[in-house]
Amino acid sequence: MKDSSIFAPGNTMTNNKDTSITVVTHSPSETLQLANRLVASTQGALVLALHGELGSGKTCFVQGIGQAMGIRDAITSPTYTLVGEYKGSDRTLYHFDLYRLHDADELWALGFEEYLNQNGVVAIEWAERAEDTLPANTIHVHFDVKDATMERCIRFSNLPPALQRFDTVA
Amino acid sequence: MIVLGIETSCDETSAAVVRAPGEVLSNVVFTQQEMHGPFGGVVPEIASRSHLEKLPDVVEQAREESGLSWGEIDAIAVTYGPGLASSLLIGMSGAKGLAMRLGIPLIPVNHLHGHIFSALLSPGCPSIQEACPFIAHVVSGGHTSLVEVKDPQTVRLLGQTIDDAAGEAFDKGASLLGLGYPGGPLMDRLAKEGNASAVKFPRTQLSADSLKHYPHLDPELSFSYSGLKTSLMYYVKKHPESRDDDVQRQDVVASYQEAIVDALVSRCVRAMDGQTTLAMGGGVSLNSRLRARLQGEAAARGWQLLLTEPRFCADNAAMIAFVAAQGLAGVTKGVDAMKIDVMPSLSIVIGSARC
Repeated sequence: MKDSSIFAPGNTMTNNKDTSITVVTHSPSETLQLANRLVASTQGALVLALHGELGSGKTCFVQGIGQAMGIRDAITSPTYTLVGEYKGSDRTLYHFDLYRLHDADELWALGFEEYLNQNGVVAIEWAERAEDTLPANTIHVHFDVKDATMERCIRFSNLPPALQRFDTVA
Repeated sequence: MIVLGIETSCDETSAAVVRAPGEVLSNVVFTQQEMHGPFGGVVPEIASRSHLEKLPDVVEQAREESGLSWGEIDAIAVTYGPGLASSLLIGMSGAKGLAMRLGIPLIPVNHLHGHIFSALLSPGCPSIQEACPFIAHVVSGGHTSLVEVKDPQTVRLLGQTIDDAAGEAFDKGASLLGLGYPGGPLMDRLAKEGNASAVKFPRTQLSADSLKHYPHLDPELSFSYSGLKTSLMYYVKKHPESRDDDVQRQDVVASYQEAIVDALVSRCVRAMDGQTTLAMGGGVSLNSRLRARLQGEAAARGWQLLLTEPRFCADNAAMIAFVAAQGLAGVTKGVDAMKIDVMPSLSIVIGSARC
């Protein structure tokens, strides 16, 4: 199992089923730690598309990203300003919120590709508003709320091979 | 000194003429809210396109209503941040063009300083020098902050939201309840008919531990509205009838609004420890429940409460021109003025732009 990706790289690169993992968190702080772990396992450019309804855990997740990056400013919702920019210890976080976006083309009209080329972490809330225009290496994170509990099913898809077991690595 | 101000940081395209120290000769605001209604908020690209279309007319109208000629304008003030980059750029480019054409200085102003000082922009209110030191509460769709204004040049951040702003809690709450946009005024109206203790929504109390990554923020003076929004989502899922039944919906709205307002009022009370004057500005400061609650606290505790006049609460250029006319922002001229850049993530504590 462990070696399958080495001998059959095609599987992991082309089939979404093989590159996705699902983690259940039980509290906002677990969601935050999960994000922290994912981002701490990476270096350089990273694009994360966050999908999920209002209140599904996206805010907590982004705060975890900020902690992993050593960001000292509060990461507030960029709903009204579209993008928030935060300097971390060695990368910059570009935090997008497309809640009020109407058309994916508008994202590119605002210079989205310049943000993608900064070698930083790009986290995009309400990414479904621009689904078709995101880069091919985007990691998609789907948040699912279980009724009347604090549990969240968080599914990561399109993970590169090096990150496929990030949730189990301390 | 007569200043023409320009503000385009978010929804509103606005221009105003202010005579120093604080006489508003005109204040023209074109709001894009109706245009954005069907999409549930500001659409960035449409916003900047609309600023581009409206700005020349809005500026000309502000000049005309002031009764002055272009030759009588002494300086151009403009919001340089924080805000939506593409929208800020339209105002900045227009302001640079005017300053260059008229051969007068350009004064870049921090949008949040406009809100901080807007309560002092009415006839009969104290001057900024008289009001200092004071606590200012800026509460809007994009911001929820408490600052101490020690003297007119020194703004110190005490606390702020660590996730959603109060105005966003209103807007997203309204969306969860199927009410429409903008959520604040709709909820304010509905809440008047409802029972504010019908539903127990949480009052998020931040702990020192939860803020350990933000050492400059005081947990007792900071805000978090993300959890409140989530608890409304749970409530609506569990009680779907609360979206459809008018009476139940009023009760939910009143209870939810009370949770938002409670957090704001309790932090203001803490921030006012040892202080005498509280000023409040920003779009959410129009909320009638918030105003009434703070008036009650002020009467009971002997504060001087300075509430921004309704016409200066939402984004407007009069407050931007006012900050410039008061000499609270850096003045730039000629080539230096042309080098000023917009700063979408500008901090509330920074006054003057550097080129």
